[in-house]
Amino acid sequence: MTDPTLKNIDQDVVKEEARKARWSVLNEFWHYFSANKGAVIGLCIVGFMILMAVLAPVIAPHDPNLQNRDAFLTPPVWQDGGSWTFILGTDAVGRDILSRLMHGARFSLFIGVVVVTISLIGGIMIGLIAGYFRGWVDTLIMRVMDIILAFPSLLLALVLVAILGPGLVNAMIAIAIVLQPHFARLTRAAVMSESNREYVTSAKVAGAGHLRLMFKTILPNCLAPLIVQATLSFSTAILDAAALGFLGMGAQPPTPEWGTMLAEAREFVLRAWWVVTFPGLAILVTVLAINLVGDGLRDALDPKLKRS
Amino acid sequence: MSEAVIKATDICRDYVTKGTMFKKGDVVRALKGVSFELKKGETLALVGESGCGKSTLARILTLIDAQTSGDLEIDGQKIDISKNSPTSAMRQHVQIVFQNPYGSLNPRQKVGEILEEPLVINTDMPAKERRELAMAMLLKVGLDAVHYGRYPHMFSGGQRQRIAIARALMLRPDILVLDEPVSALDLSVQAQILNLLADLQDEFNLSYIFISHDLSVVKYIADRVMVMYFGEIVEQNTRDEIFNNPQHDYTKTLLAATPRASIDSIKKRLGVDAA
Repeated sequence: MTDPTLKNIDQDVVKEEARKARWSVLNEFWHYFSANKGAVIGLCIVGFMILMAVLAPVIAPHDPNLQNRDAFLTPPVWQDGGSWTFILGTDAVGRDILSRLMHGARFSLFIGVVVVTISLIGGIMIGLIAGYFRGWVDTLIMRVMDIILAFPSLLLALVLVAILGPGLVNAMIAIAIVLQPHFARLTRAAVMSESNREYVTSAKVAGAGHLRLMFKTILPNCLAPLIVQATLSFSTAILDAAALGFLGMGAQPPTPEWGTMLAEAREFVLRAWWVVTFPGLAILVTVLAINLVGDGLRDALDPKLKRS
Repeated sequence: MSEAVIKATDICRDYVTKGTMFKKGDVVRALKGVSFELKKGETLALVGESGCGKSTLARILTLIDAQTSGDLEIDGQKIDISKNSPTSAMRQHVQIVFQNPYGSLNPRQKVGEILEEPLVINTDMPAKERRELAMAMLLKVGLDAVHYGRYPHMFSGGQRQRIAIARALMLRPDILVLDEPVSALDLSVQAQILNLLADLQDEFNLSYIFISHDLSVVKYIADRVMVMYFGEIVEQNTRDEIFNNPQHDYTKTLLAATPRASIDSIKKRLGVDAA
């Protein structure tokens, strides 16, 4: 069967060409992404946050849970009474806020990653099944999703945490369940539009089974909106986890989680502005940066927005 | 040239629209008893206006949809996919090339993966052999082996259609259903693809079912022509008979509707206008 002309083909050239093709896809992605300045700034901030979270034990000046008895509510360094020992000041029991923020970044990013992973995988599975098989399966699944969506998200998360018991892990599970219908709907819509395309039919003619059609043929073509949604959900997850922490249903003290820090500092708002401002700012900046990245990803991945 | 590779008898296909609580669903009969034979090595053209059932027939022949009633025999084997789903042996007989090469190739798969997919699914050929076969097929359809690692969006329409043809041939089918394979391409590329199809037919001893509404293309490539009108085959004959001596009224209308660019016909038209 082998053609004699095949002998003349340099396999290395073919491999080189395949590598180049992959690069040009990445290049094009970066071209569209970098056109959005806000997204690049957001990416830098997110990168900085990740770095801070990873290096927290090394670069944090103090133990986040160490209570300094001689330095309660020390103001930040640039205010009267501040010192370089506690750059962003200390809280009511003398813990260094900067160190707590650095360690808190670990929790926030961890929450984001876990919640998005759980809800993404769950949502993709459910949406893929609903969009691919249609019929009563679809109706049943989507009605359940509609019911979940009908609740205000934070309220539902609160109810779930109340059932499961307060704690960071349970809060993450609750938030994942609340966010998951968005992924399911998005996947279903994308699957429904893609499964009518001709390349799916031709895979069917080639004899592809249901699993192959779902995961190898259709799913890779539905990923673009899902990536964008995942990024945006990452920030929602951080925000919701902080909100649950603030309400005392998420991470429990003395965990240096940003929302929990806010809750602990509530009574000192008027006396020591820095104990609430810095955790709040940390949440704001992180969520904003991730949302900016999400917008950039949408610009780069959404075919409707592509200017060619 | 004598044995029939496809034998269809009285094939019907109904589409049922969903009824409501108070009204039963309507039944639309897209194919009303189609019977024909496709002989080995010949090109059978299927012409007709939009919505007359050409593509429905193509989907039945390529085992995508089941017929509502009627018998379909492919290579002497009776096939009814509504009763038992098609085996890979059946799939190896018939393959299809779609009209739009921009929609029929998976944008996330590399050309190599696209070509190897039918082999991965239907055979247990080792990866190296698959790769060689895919590259050989790329050369055969007039592309280059370096195209193996590229994505479909890096190709022009004509090149994509060549990839689609290569994919259809990977399983070495006997029959190729060509669903308007050149309608989406520009004129010069159309000619190249038609020539390629003719060459491949000789090389692999293929039988073609060529669906088209472009009669000049049909005149070029077909051995026999079937004319379809509202789900029925109203006339089937050899190409020369159809073009020179059409019997059915619809065929005559169809032929008259074809624009002609010969000097005589232009003169005739202008003469009529002037008078």
